[in-house]
Amino acid sequence: MVTVDPPGGPAPLLRMTGIVKHFPGAKALDGVDLEVRAGEVHCLLGQNGAGKSTLIKTLAGAHRPDRGEILMDGSTVSIDSPTAALRLGIATMYQELDVVDGLSIAENVFLGHELQQAGVLRRGETHARTRDLLARLGHPELPPHREVGQLSAAGKQIVSMARAMSRDARVIVMDEPSAVLDPEEVDNLFRVVDAVTAEGVAVVYISHRLEEIRRIGDRVTVLKDGRTVATNLRVEDETTAEVISLMTGREVVTDFGGGSAGLQGEEPLLDVSGLSLAGTFEDVTFAVRPGEVVGIAGLVGAGRSEILETVFGARRATAGQVRVDGRDLACGSVPAAVAAGIGLAPEERKSQGLLLDEPVFRNITLSTFDRFARGGVLDERAERRVADEQIAALSLAPADPGRITRTLSGGNQQKVMLARWLVHGCRVLLLDEPTRGVDVGARSEIYRLIRRLAADGAAIVLVSSELEEVLQLSDQVLVLADGRVVHQGPADDIDEHRVLDLVMEGTHT
Amino acid sequence: MTTTDAPQTPAEGPAPERGHEDAGTRRRGLPSLGGLGRDLGLILALVALVVLGGATSGERFLSVGNLMVILQQAAIIGVLSIGVTFVITSGGIDLSVGSVMGLATVWASTLATQTMAQDIHWVVMIFAALAVGTAAGVINGLIVAYGNVVSFIATLAMLVAARGLAEIISDRRTQIVRVDPFLDAFRGSVLGVPVIVWIFVLVAAAGWFLLNRTTFGRRTVAIGGNPEAARLAGIKIRRHTVMVFALSGLTAGIAGVMMLARTTAGTSTNGYLYELDAIAAVVVGGTLLIGGRGTIIGTVLGVLIFATLSNLFIQNNLSISAQSLAKGAIIVVAVLLQQRFAARSRSS
Repeated sequence: MVTVDPPGGPAPLLRMTGIVKHFPGAKALDGVDLEVRAGEVHCLLGQNGAGKSTLIKTLAGAHRPDRGEILMDGSTVSIDSPTAALRLGIATMYQELDVVDGLSIAENVFLGHELQQAGVLRRGETHARTRDLLARLGHPELPPHREVGQLSAAGKQIVSMARAMSRDARVIVMDEPSAVLDPEEVDNLFRVVDAVTAEGVAVVYISHRLEEIRRIGDRVTVLKDGRTVATNLRVEDETTAEVISLMTGREVVTDFGGGSAGLQGEEPLLDVSGLSLAGTFEDVTFAVRPGEVVGIAGLVGAGRSEILETVFGARRATAGQVRVDGRDLACGSVPAAVAAGIGLAPEERKSQGLLLDEPVFRNITLSTFDRFARGGVLDERAERRVADEQIAALSLAPADPGRITRTLSGGNQQKVMLARWLVHGCRVLLLDEPTRGVDVGARSEIYRLIRRLAADGAAIVLVSSELEEVLQLSDQVLVLADGRVVHQGPADDIDEHRVLDLVMEGTHT
Repeated sequence: MTTTDAPQTPAEGPAPERGHEDAGTRRRGLPSLGGLGRDLGLILALVALVVLGGATSGERFLSVGNLMVILQQAAIIGVLSIGVTFVITSGGIDLSVGSVMGLATVWASTLATQTMAQDIHWVVMIFAALAVGTAAGVINGLIVAYGNVVSFIATLAMLVAARGLAEIISDRRTQIVRVDPFLDAFRGSVLGVPVIVWIFVLVAAAGWFLLNRTTFGRRTVAIGGNPEAARLAGIKIRRHTVMVFALSGLTAGIAGVMMLARTTAGTSTNGYLYELDAIAAVVVGGTLLIGGRGTIIGTVLGVLIFATLSNLFIQNNLSISAQSLAKGAIIVVAVLLQQRFAARSRSS
């Protein structure tokens, strides 16, 4: 772990050490340390799946850690409910702001701790105190009686902040507050954050936009794979590239399963031309030959997943054409894409891919059970037989087709997704974050599997937040920034730094 | 995601299968009886009711005659409940079944009582009831699947509308069916068991087969369990949703025919509040209200429990009100137990 800040600074207000949290099938947090001082803006960085959400939910009292210690002002505390968190002075602002649209600003600010006497609300005092809070946050122009539903996202954030202040919060956790804001509104948000920290409140700030962190952050903690990989870095000392390499960088030596095979001279199996989805990405063109892996790199929100979903027909393209094996694919139809031999392993495996409470074999045959049926009557024996073959071929563990899918580890759940499309005979595989939620040790196996599938003649499109993964596994790379392809070429001709530069240049404009 | 306080051991990588995790495994031959424990609980509850009935009303309760009365009472709600089981398993709800059943009886009895009645074969009457039910179900399904209206609202609208249409057609009169071949066929007995009980048995058996052994059932469970996963696996979820509601409408039509045979009356008040009894039976039986898991056997047991309970109360001269109170208590207790089961199986 990298620790830069010398000891001897002011005593931390909040300190978390060795936080571990398991979920069925995955370890979300595996030893996280975080130290926050009064009056600072502490930035929490990490890729999707690094454990940021789980960590802030632990702070908010929504999850209880399995192991680890949380100290406030030097004494151990237990945050076993949201109420306990608030009592300790920890307020959390989630991305989906938890304001009630139908209530006024003042009512929202004092929601859950209304000023009252014998059950009767004290409207006058509520309004007066709300006005004070809004003034302290630099927004005296907001009238306390205004209905929150009429406010913009930025206005709602102010209300949410005022609520935290009304609770005498000492730590305010903000989960990607800028994601919903315009640039001017972001400036405004930063002024509010400054106002709050000037009063000695600590802000834990989560954002994917690194340049924001440079503007507002004091210190940085970086999470990767559920661990703290760097803590208490002073923002001014770190270059953006260094921070990104900490977020994405290699931690264990990974076996990517050897180089490319790309069968030269063959006609492309998947041919995407001029594909656009209004407001998300535009004019994406690429071709994948059998045996080839095409990787799509870019930051979260650049439109990576949306490209895969549009190729798959789960979103309806506003322009462009997808061809499989030379034949045009009907637009916006998943059944048509599946029939043409395209398979998608979605980013959110659990919510988009699997029937978690069903046995493994039924998940493997989810898109093919029709084939094993005669006159609509299922043949589960045949299904199990086919599932057994895939389990053996992909070394899925435990090797039991009747096992309930929820109890499998992330890596094995991913194999179930791959097995589904292999049973279907798909030759085009769209893999969205194939190693998300997969333990670091099990990743090599997924990598080898991807290379083997390619070697067997599949055309693979890979999206990943792990740059190394994209560059090492792919033959061709597309670099995406704000929905536009800013670079396209062989993976061998580009390195992580160049990709990051391209992404940064493309995103800033 | 449920979180429990106990640290959970994820099945990491190639971890060997551990003995105590066999709860997570369904063995060959019993794919749909995974809830055997749940069904056993329902059977015990049913046995307890029978013992209680025997103790309080003795011979009168335990006679074969009374058993047939219970089964006849169970039959109509039972057939409705089979259709509702499919809708709930697919993640929806059908509030309209009672009212659609009433509409089916009115439509069929109108055919049988009005001017052309002499020329119409009674089979046409039955066909009309089934067609009316199925059509109402298809309309429900289209509104839900293609109109993106939540099924609670779509079927609530159908509940009100079907009742209104039934009143218009029948002019709020009760139409008595006197088609002897029809009544002879449906009011008789086969092997000492009333025909409408046989119909329930056949519908339940067909429903079990459809849910557990066919692609239709697999799709229903998939859509209810994770609609997005089903969609991304290439399943045509809209089309299937329409078919599930059509099935529920069809069983409402069948129930309408049974009602007509039993009471000889076609009236717009037939089936009033039956949807609530049907949903209660389905939920008590162990079908998850959020979809993804359905059990026909559980539904049948749920229906039998309610029918036995109500017979027990009648035999003991207790009021309908007391009966309702007991029903309410049973629903709550059953659902509480179900949640315990679900939480336990999830954290395994």
